[in-house]
Amino acid sequence: MERFLDSFLNAKLIAATWPAILSGLVVTVEIAALVVVTGLLLGLALALLRWRAGRWIGWPLMLFVDLFRAVPPLVLVLLIFFGLPNVGIELPSFAVLWLVLSLVLAAFAEEIVWAGLIAVKRGQSEAARSTGLSENQTLIYVVLPQALRLAVPPLTNRTIAITKNTALGTVIGVPEIINQATTAVSFSGNATPLLMGAFAYLLLFVPVIGLGRWIESRFAWRRQ
Amino acid sequence: MDVLLQQFFNLEIMGKALPLVLQGLKTTLLICAIVIPMGLLGGVLVALATRSSLRALRVCVTLLVDLMRALPPLVVLILVYSGLPFLGLRISPLTAVTIAFFLNNAAYYGEIIRAGIESVPAGQWEAARSTGLRADQTVLWVILPQGLRNVLPDLVSNTVEVVKLTSLASVVSLQEMLYSADMARSLTFNASPIVLAALIYFALLWPAVRLVSRLEHAAAR
Amino acid sequence: MRPPHPLLDIRGLRKSFGAVEVLKGIDLAVSPGELVFLIGPSGSGKSTLLRCCNRLEEPSGGSIWFDGQEVLADRIDINALRRRMGMVFQSFNLYPHMTALGNVTLALRKVLKKPRAEAERIALAALERVGLAHKAGAYPAELSGGQQQRVAIARASALEPGLMLFDEPTSALDPELVGSVLQAMRDMRAAGMTMLVVSHEMRFAREAADRVVFMDAGVIVEQGPPEQIFGAPRHERTRAFVSEVAR
Repeated sequence: MERFLDSFLNAKLIAATWPAILSGLVVTVEIAALVVVTGLLLGLALALLRWRAGRWIGWPLMLFVDLFRAVPPLVLVLLIFFGLPNVGIELPSFAVLWLVLSLVLAAFAEEIVWAGLIAVKRGQSEAARSTGLSENQTLIYVVLPQALRLAVPPLTNRTIAITKNTALGTVIGVPEIINQATTAVSFSGNATPLLMGAFAYLLLFVPVIGLGRWIESRFAWRRQ
Repeated sequence: MDVLLQQFFNLEIMGKALPLVLQGLKTTLLICAIVIPMGLLGGVLVALATRSSLRALRVCVTLLVDLMRALPPLVVLILVYSGLPFLGLRISPLTAVTIAFFLNNAAYYGEIIRAGIESVPAGQWEAARSTGLRADQTVLWVILPQGLRNVLPDLVSNTVEVVKLTSLASVVSLQEMLYSADMARSLTFNASPIVLAALIYFALLWPAVRLVSRLEHAAAR
Repeated sequence: MRPPHPLLDIRGLRKSFGAVEVLKGIDLAVSPGELVFLIGPSGSGKSTLLRCCNRLEEPSGGSIWFDGQEVLADRIDINALRRRMGMVFQSFNLYPHMTALGNVTLALRKVLKKPRAEAERIALAALERVGLAHKAGAYPAELSGGQQQRVAIARASALEPGLMLFDEPTSALDPELVGSVLQAMRDMRAAGMTMLVVSHEMRFAREAADRVVFMDAGVIVEQGPPEQIFGAPRHERTRAFVSEVAR
């Protein structure tokens, strides 16, 4: 038992390591926040573009979306991180992670919002157009609000899952939580920092998941 | 443009890397063959446990599910792979991957299957029991078949995620496809082998991804 | 004989869906204040004709004049025109994410650019006319079918259209809810509204219509006052249809 405590909950190490874990937590929060904003906005923009521009954008967009849904994010991270310097583009690892995860989230978000848009019954836009609302007004005031209500629960789950992928940053040296933790493990030869890292993730994501559940129940709303 | 092709779509390098990458693909498929059935089975157990009348069991399983929802899969993998040796357990990368993914997949499949079971009307349960079927027979022959069908899009979608997750095994030096491709990259100083791996992942998962879209759009209408 | 100044004047209207011709040259004029009833078997093209009037369907040929404007002209402001032709749908099509008041005020604010307070005043008056001012804060899901359809009528009439198009307004309603919607239409008629109605409510047609138009297979077979169509139809197909629905 003592040995267990010594290698997993070592008080001295906790005192020595927590600033590093904390700085990792800050980096994780920063990337996560940036990814959520850019990914969701880009995904929404793409879905609206597909709605308005119609068929000619449909195919290339579908290919983009499917590509980022089918290829593992770690593959994309390594591809961009090691590939771009070879063609003369140097991006810091932080930016690579941000870029890749934003594109992945955008792909999923586009798909989910699009599914919401086409699920809104045609009679809705017909009724709106019959009162003289323009195509854009119909989209903004009538179709999109209904589509988003359908989209929010799956979108929340997907956003949380992709935000957790910030941990992939450790592979390319982004100093986020798990990166700080594994570095500390290799210096100390002790597993305590690992548990601290895991604890930091719980600290961060348990409230997020609670929030997700709340959003889901708030939007558990069905079309009549 | 030429530089881009040279660095990302170099057919010569892809050709040279192909045997190594295919070797990795075998391992990737092996991991899938282990973790997908185990995950599904674990998922059924988790789903049934969350509906069990034993309070202790319910609490334990709910804890596991919430823990897995909060922890990134990579973190679970590193915890298992780097943490267990400190308990005196030496484990191979494949064992670590199997344990970590079982925990993660059982939780995610479990949530989906639970939703499926809950979508089956109570009348089905009552009707089956009224014909003399035991509880376990009712679950196996009446509830699960309907429940699983109701959440088929989510099951397929999660399985796509599980296959993508196997790429994390490269982080603990298991020589699956991404590991092999990255090795080829570091030998050739060229990103084309990773593009090759990406294309193979895409070819492998695209039909499933399309299927998920189809199923979801059909369900939304 | 055509009245001198029809509000709506449809000439030679054709509409095809692919190879299927649904409207095969329709001539129909509606005078101000008139209530015209379109009847006929399902698939006869009644609803398509209605939906061509405000170009929810794009006609394949012919012309439509509304209030001196050519509806099918390329450069017409279709949104301004639609605003002046109210439409009521079989399936209500209320916006489920807005209250009854929100449903009525949306076009008032976004198309007519009325300030919120004025839009709400107008909307409340429109809801009052269909007897639903007390439900202004209710969401569609909280209303019965009959109430939803009356809100839809208020939504269209609040824009003060010159013409109202009704596309089977009572077909989706339970029988006991039909009466309230017909009453709202009667009140509208009494207030002088011009109406073009597709419906299977033959008793209502007999009682309220100025003219009944019988369509079959994409053409107008016969038209005249309700006494003629229901009492002494001249055409064989009209007679068959009327005796069928009267049974």
